Amino acid sequence: MILLPCPYCGSRNASEFRYVGELSERPDPNATGAKEWRAFMYVRVNPADWTAETWFHRAGCRQHFVVERHTVTNEVQTSRLPAAQLRDREDERATGGNVASDSGGATY
Amino acid sequence: MRLFNNRNGSENGHRMNGYRKPARYSALDLIRHGISGSDWPRAWHAHDLRPSYDVVIVGGGVHGLATAYYLAREHGITNVAVLDKGYIGSGGSGRNTAIIRSNYLTPEGVRFYDRSVKLYETLSADLNFNAMFAQRGHLTLAHNDSSLRTMHWRAEVNKLEGIDSEVIGPDEIKRLVPYMDTSESVRYPILGALYHPPGGIIRHDAVVWGYARGVDACGAHIHQNTEVTGIDVAGGRVRGVRTSRGDIATPIVVNCTAGWSTLISDMAGVKMPISTFPLQAAVTEPVRPFLDPVIVSGTLHVYVSQTDRGELVFGASVDPFTSYSMRGSLDFTEGLAGHVLELMPSLAKMRVLRQWAGLCDMTPDFSPIMGTTPVAGFLIDVGWGTYGFKAGPVSGETMAELIATGKTPELIAPFGLDRFEKGDLMGEKGAAAVGH
Repeated sequence: MILLPCPYCGSRNASEFRYVGELSERPDPNATGAKEWRAFMYVRVNPADWTAETWFHRAGCRQHFVVERHTVTNEVQTSRLPAAQLRDREDERATGGNVASDSGGATY
Repeated sequence: MRLFNNRNGSENGHRMNGYRKPARYSALDLIRHGISGSDWPRAWHAHDLRPSYDVVIVGGGVHGLATAYYLAREHGITNVAVLDKGYIGSGGSGRNTAIIRSNYLTPEGVRFYDRSVKLYETLSADLNFNAMFAQRGHLTLAHNDSSLRTMHWRAEVNKLEGIDSEVIGPDEIKRLVPYMDTSESVRYPILGALYHPPGGIIRHDAVVWGYARGVDACGAHIHQNTEVTGIDVAGGRVRGVRTSRGDIATPIVVNCTAGWSTLISDMAGVKMPISTFPLQAAVTEPVRPFLDPVIVSGTLHVYVSQTDRGELVFGASVDPFTSYSMRGSLDFTEGLAGHVLELMPSLAKMRVLRQWAGLCDMTPDFSPIMGTTPVAGFLIDVGWGTYGFKAGPVSGETMAELIATGKTPELIAPFGLDRFEKGDLMGEKGAAAVGH
């Protein structure tokens, strides 16, 4: 199986993780019609190329992170924390620790 | 969208323009060629690419070839090109575990796949090519109460559609498969099974070749090693395709590329709810025949059958992440072996000869996507996931009808692309590699 670079635990076998999916921008549920929402839920890009996707470290630190992988060769390039977590960290630093984090607009 | 006036169909009697039956294979031919040592006529031929065709089918697997075949035979449409970037049958059609059945969960699915089983039953005779369809029976094992409940559900839906399908207990399973461990001293004891006598296995390559021979005989062109590099769309409709061997002008393009289907649909600007996952399979050394029916276990995520050559063919679930790689992996064989040995412990010493993978275009509801798209003239026959091969004949038949008449046949109406934006998903949990 391929190796994935978990930002917390280091390089681990893919069987320790759960593949969550392609990164896609979630529309605001309060401002979207049913059609647009279903397009977000179902439509995929599915490239035969480099792609950014979310993985979950099921058998390890149980954190989500984002990986750049080539879907034909299964080469893995980088990994980073999901944008929402990075935003929350920024907010926490800015407000001194009291942030109502709602994970709104989470990109999964 | 009505591009053909369907005056050449079979309803006009026997005048189907352009369709000639291929030169028949027969026992006499066998003897003649054997004695004289002469070459057999080629089953299909290579052609130069024409500058235009009435229909271009992208994908030379069982779906693409069957569509071309029924276009010619049922509708007299023969100015057709089937393009494949490799050799015909190099995709899913050459990599599946060749299981044929119709014991699905949804009534729409059952009707659809049963039409395919009926076509498969007479396919060898129709194509004059031995497809080796062995209707040896199909068992879907239930290892817990919820599974057993689903088997009962499927049995009732099947019976309502007139299909031979029933739930049987461990004793009868043991009679059908003496080597199966039906005792209670296993991790997942067998509580019962869905028994489907008309199910069985077939020689998947032979189906591709049989259809290819039929397609070639009627004058349609099969172009291997011809990769589609672009689709020309203007004014919301298809004008032609660009390939590695030249450009073709055409009003109709049919996407029959399964695992690669989003790459083709992207060229036409059509978005689809498809993700491509590899599905692995493995085969063992041949041994004497001991396994009659096809065995499937949803809980253990494994299916196994014994070919006419005596090899065991195994499959399991799709790989847990998307990929366009068709290589096998060791953890697949390890996991599979563990589960198969729980079902049939006496197989422990059997040797695995080789493993491979095919690509599965998975949809959110495990049902295919067939019919028209927002781009006029661009038709799709995709979303075949882990159940595409068994649907080859009926897909070809219905897509040919859609192309010839411009009307979507009722059998495939539930599988339209627009069901996703409408929310009318066709949840087919009777599909393979889907645990339930």
